[in-house]
Amino acid sequence: MTRPAAPSQFDDPWQAQVFALTVALSDAGHFPWTDWAQAFGATLKRHGANRALDGGADYFNAWLETLESLLEQRGLAGQAEARTIRAAWEQAYLSTPHGQPVKLPA
Amino acid sequence: MPHDHAHDDHAHSLLPSDPALRVKALETILVSKGLVDPAAMEVILDTYERKVGPHLGAALVARAWADPAFAAALSDNANAAMQALGISGRQGEHVVAVENTPATHNMVVCTLCSCYPWPLLGIPPGWYKSDAYRARAVREPRKVLAEFGVTLPAGQSVRVWDSTAEVRYLVIPMRPEGTEGWDQTRLAALVTRDSMIGTGLPHPADAP
Repeated sequence: MTRPAAPSQFDDPWQAQVFALTVALSDAGHFPWTDWAQAFGATLKRHGANRALDGGADYFNAWLETLESLLEQRGLAGQAEARTIRAAWEQAYLSTPHGQPVKLPA
Repeated sequence: MPHDHAHDDHAHSLLPSDPALRVKALETILVSKGLVDPAAMEVILDTYERKVGPHLGAALVARAWADPAFAAALSDNANAAMQALGISGRQGEHVVAVENTPATHNMVVCTLCSCYPWPLLGIPPGWYKSDAYRARAVREPRKVLAEFGVTLPAGQSVRVWDSTAEVRYLVIPMRPEGTEGWDQTRLAALVTRDSMIGTGLPHPADAP
């Protein structure tokens, strides 16, 4: 097992965003943290069945997948809707000139 | 697709990665439904990126070393002791301080996912979240400790604590020898993050 020289926090801004989003949802009472830990633990177990997870990017990929399915199960955000909005964001990035703020079409 | 730096053809904004776009999509939906407050997210980001970290746990340990009454209060009710230092816990989370002794070395893991005392140590390091650590800390703690450069005396047993969403453990390492009369600030500088997880020891008093 290798140990990073410096304390690692988040490797990428989206990891911090998905972390904050999840904590904010739980703080707002949409699900208890124990439910989150159970669901997340199950995803990690499934992902780690065939290979050892390194605790870095694959950890937050499992986190995001857990949040997407938890939100669908609880009727807070459907996966189909999430895919549509994701595609809209992708289109917005591709069609916004470099340097301009990227926004979803109203 | 080859990228030849012909920026006339690539004049659009840089496309974020797939997970970044998926997070953005969730955030868009949840904010527009009023289920999550962007200001609350900002506070959480600011807290965990900038304010919370192992320095808070180190202050707690240093106080316990310097003040036996505080040490007793900490082992009795860690959440109340944290509040006395102005460190607020998270709702529904119980922090338990486990003290190392010459007979017992404590070590913390979360075999389920990565439960960790965030208010005291911040976001866990990558290795804490890895399958390797989560699986092996319980099975072969001495071997894992050796990989962290920690070799314990033969007479000191290792006790491994498995964190849950409700109970988070903080290791109180043994106070290094030669620190008699040190103030809490000086003591706190000896307390490493890993020594509070139990995968390390505090810096010795004579460290440069």
